[in-house]
Amino acid sequence: MEASQFKSDQYVRFCPGCGDHAICMAIQKAMAQIGIEPHQVAVISGIGCSSRMPHYLNTYGFNTIHGRGGAVATGVKTSHPELTVWQMSGDGDCFAIGGNHFIHEIRRNVDLNVCVFNNRIYGLTKGQYSPTSAKGFVSKSSPFGTIERPFVPGQLVLGAGGTFFARTLDVDMPTTVDCLVAAQQHKGCSIVECLVNCVIFNNGTHAWIADREQRAEHSIILKHGEKMIFGKNNDKGLAVEIDPHTFVPKMIVVSADDPRVLTHDATQQDPTLHRLLALMGQDRFVEVQKDGAPEANDALPVALGVIRNVEAESYDEAVNKQIADVREHAKAHCFDELTATLESWEM
Amino acid sequence: MQLTGNLFSSLSAILGYEISTLPDFPAEIRAPQGTIGGVSGFQVQLGSGVYTPGDKADVIVAMNAAALKVSAMNKHYHDHAIIIVDTDSLTDKDLEKALYKTDNPFTELAIPESVQIVPVALTTLTKEALKDSGLDNKSMLKSRNMFALGLICWLFDEPMDEAIHLLEDKFKKKPALIEPNTKVMVDGYNYGQNLALSVNQIRLEANDNPKVQGRYTSIAGNKATAWGLIAAAEKAGKHLFLGSYPITPATDILHELAGRKDMNVMAVQAEDEIAGVCTAIGAAFAGDLACTSTSGPGLSLKSEAIGLAVMAELPLVVIDVQRGGPSTGLPTKTEQTDLMQALYGRNGECPAVVLAASSSANCFDFAYEACKIALENMTPVILLTDTYLANGTALWRIPEMAELPEIKPQSVPEELKGHYNPALRDERGVRYWAFPGMEGYEHRNIGLERDAEKGTISTNPANHEQMVLARKHKIEQIADRIPELKVIKANSQQPITDSTLLVGWGSTEGHLHAAANEIGCDLAQFNYINPLPKNTREVLSRYKRIVVCELNTGQFAAYLRAQFPELPIEQYNEVMGQPFAVERIVNFVKSVKR
Repeated sequence: MEASQFKSDQYVRFCPGCGDHAICMAIQKAMAQIGIEPHQVAVISGIGCSSRMPHYLNTYGFNTIHGRGGAVATGVKTSHPELTVWQMSGDGDCFAIGGNHFIHEIRRNVDLNVCVFNNRIYGLTKGQYSPTSAKGFVSKSSPFGTIERPFVPGQLVLGAGGTFFARTLDVDMPTTVDCLVAAQQHKGCSIVECLVNCVIFNNGTHAWIADREQRAEHSIILKHGEKMIFGKNNDKGLAVEIDPHTFVPKMIVVSADDPRVLTHDATQQDPTLHRLLALMGQDRFVEVQKDGAPEANDALPVALGVIRNVEAESYDEAVNKQIADVREHAKAHCFDELTATLESWEM
Repeated sequence: MQLTGNLFSSLSAILGYEISTLPDFPAEIRAPQGTIGGVSGFQVQLGSGVYTPGDKADVIVAMNAAALKVSAMNKHYHDHAIIIVDTDSLTDKDLEKALYKTDNPFTELAIPESVQIVPVALTTLTKEALKDSGLDNKSMLKSRNMFALGLICWLFDEPMDEAIHLLEDKFKKKPALIEPNTKVMVDGYNYGQNLALSVNQIRLEANDNPKVQGRYTSIAGNKATAWGLIAAAEKAGKHLFLGSYPITPATDILHELAGRKDMNVMAVQAEDEIAGVCTAIGAAFAGDLACTSTSGPGLSLKSEAIGLAVMAELPLVVIDVQRGGPSTGLPTKTEQTDLMQALYGRNGECPAVVLAASSSANCFDFAYEACKIALENMTPVILLTDTYLANGTALWRIPEMAELPEIKPQSVPEELKGHYNPALRDERGVRYWAFPGMEGYEHRNIGLERDAEKGTISTNPANHEQMVLARKHKIEQIADRIPELKVIKANSQQPITDSTLLVGWGSTEGHLHAAANEIGCDLAQFNYINPLPKNTREVLSRYKRIVVCELNTGQFAAYLRAQFPELPIEQYNEVMGQPFAVERIVNFVKSVKR
């Protein structure tokens, strides 16, 4: 199938230069690569810039209300497990107003493909800080800098018992498409954090890794079964060091030929290492780096690609299986048979 | 106590009596026993021509000093009533707990001489009955209620064999409890016989001439509601989906449907009220018969999402089992205070259909009707029931699938394949339903305003007004498809007045019918609130005096006045968390002269 088959006739209204354009194209490409017919696909969104996405896809779509895309998507998938269901959301829609639905769709492991467009700002309401804005971030609603600690989405997903987490970047089309395809192939709740630039209200928020010159040094693209190697010259590797006194493990950068370099296993059920990977290089995204303050720990690269991808029964599968099991052994299968089981008398 | 009440009610129904019940219990799971706040009661009226659980009791069973006090404080019995009281529960300690000031509760409560007090050492007698059973003290005490049940069965001449049969059915999962409970109950019955207890003034008439012949059972309102949804889904050929969050007093609907996987019901216990309605909206978008059940506070939380269903024009059934409000209010008590919320509690011009069931049994019919209207008109329908209907039981004639009305979902016609958009409407103004999985009907639905022709996002001013009116018209045209308002004529020895009309809606039908009989006037009871039946103005304008009675401060009265400003509408209201007392309505109508 071609990506053009998934394009709707609607004019794309993201701002010129917005990172959402790239993700939109990546979604169309991924859907074509996956090869499921457009009428078997439902794309559900809440409210926000990212939630406009269903309008630009030639599938079934439902642009609902703020924060509730996850709950609506859960209803679609649970009632009709044969459909492929995507959810489009942003850092405000998913982590603030829709936070409850977000953690519960993950906890239940509903078979959804969730793209969270993280630009660390409220764009559609014209520039307020979001749950992923770094502490100290100055915005219209935080003129003196925020005093809140942000979420690191990967940590939130793992904390909720997530079975799939990937992180990708608007300017890295191949990795984005790979992550989206892997999300669809994973059975269960797949969260893809798409780091996107808001050219109007938060320009350059991901410049640390998006900048072409620095990207190779500041990020690593994790691939299942491959060694964790990065750097402009592929000369660096990642290893784990355990503190002998506290037993706290931490990631360290070593030489690429060091025997301690880890091989990525996204399918490991234990989330300890996945959490360490998701937290790498987050200092500057968690707290605004001030002049004169100690240097952020930037030695570790930001992990991109599929960080976690484990198997578990999905909610929609389990509940439909339970219904089938009960029906197989039930005495009554229709209303008249049901009423026949009542204690009743003729009058 | 609730179990005893339910058993006695079911037994009475099987024997052919009409029944009406009122369970009344505190919100706490284990309210402190023996205190005024911890009294759990169950009221039932049986006989023929039973419309309500009754204002005042002929027989009171007071299991402890606190229950006796609550009954007396509320003047819950007739002057010639019988009060059976457990004398083992009138110790100094019990009296102290129930805040008595003296050691003679009967004098202190000023119970009239005409009331026959039957002191029974219930605890001692129960223990005596079970002394060889091997049960521990605590389990024995639990059977105390069964002694009382046996005693009442004797008083009302209800045969033990049927009662034993019911008891066996009730305890079939705990067979060890059947024998001791049966023994205690039969001992209670024999005790009444040995003392030759009798209730002179009670003349029970079995209802041997029911309106419709058929198979009957007794059913609680919440269960009837759940079964109405099941029946409608089968008739419409749709999967039933329920998204719900536990809330008193609506939770039994979730319980019932979660247990009906045999009927292919998908019941999701959501993470919150909003997710309850939103999962349902997702299921409706995907082509299911989608429902959500809740009570007042939950309806508040669902408001925005119901607006989405109005805007997206999806079929959705919202069941609001009203309770005492506002806020957490009185979770286990009954009220009709959510009417305005159901009608208007959403942002924007946001019309939805509002229905109200008027008996525990017809919760089935109106749940079914709510589904039919939603599926045929692509709209949310809010069904109002309340604690009184939900927990109360009534006699229900079991319908067969074949006799239930057709339901024809507004499915998209084949010829629109390839040209479909979500704004396309039929001649009635109802849009067509296409859903994922159908090839050639791919579309984007929205909570944003849509273009009246293309169905895509539109901010055009004239288009918005056109769409507001289209959604309003869609609800109004439903009046062509619902029954006309029928006045209930008084069945009374009183001289009939044809100038006065009692008006009510929803669960007050029984009480208002009884009041209308006593006053000798007509009654108009509304089940269809939005839209109103087409002949409403014509019917109401026949009367010189219209008294709208409701369990709120006048919400339906205000609604009627807004629609029919020329009508002389009076109102009678109670907001005590309890059903009406018929006597007070009668007194109001008779005493207020116009």
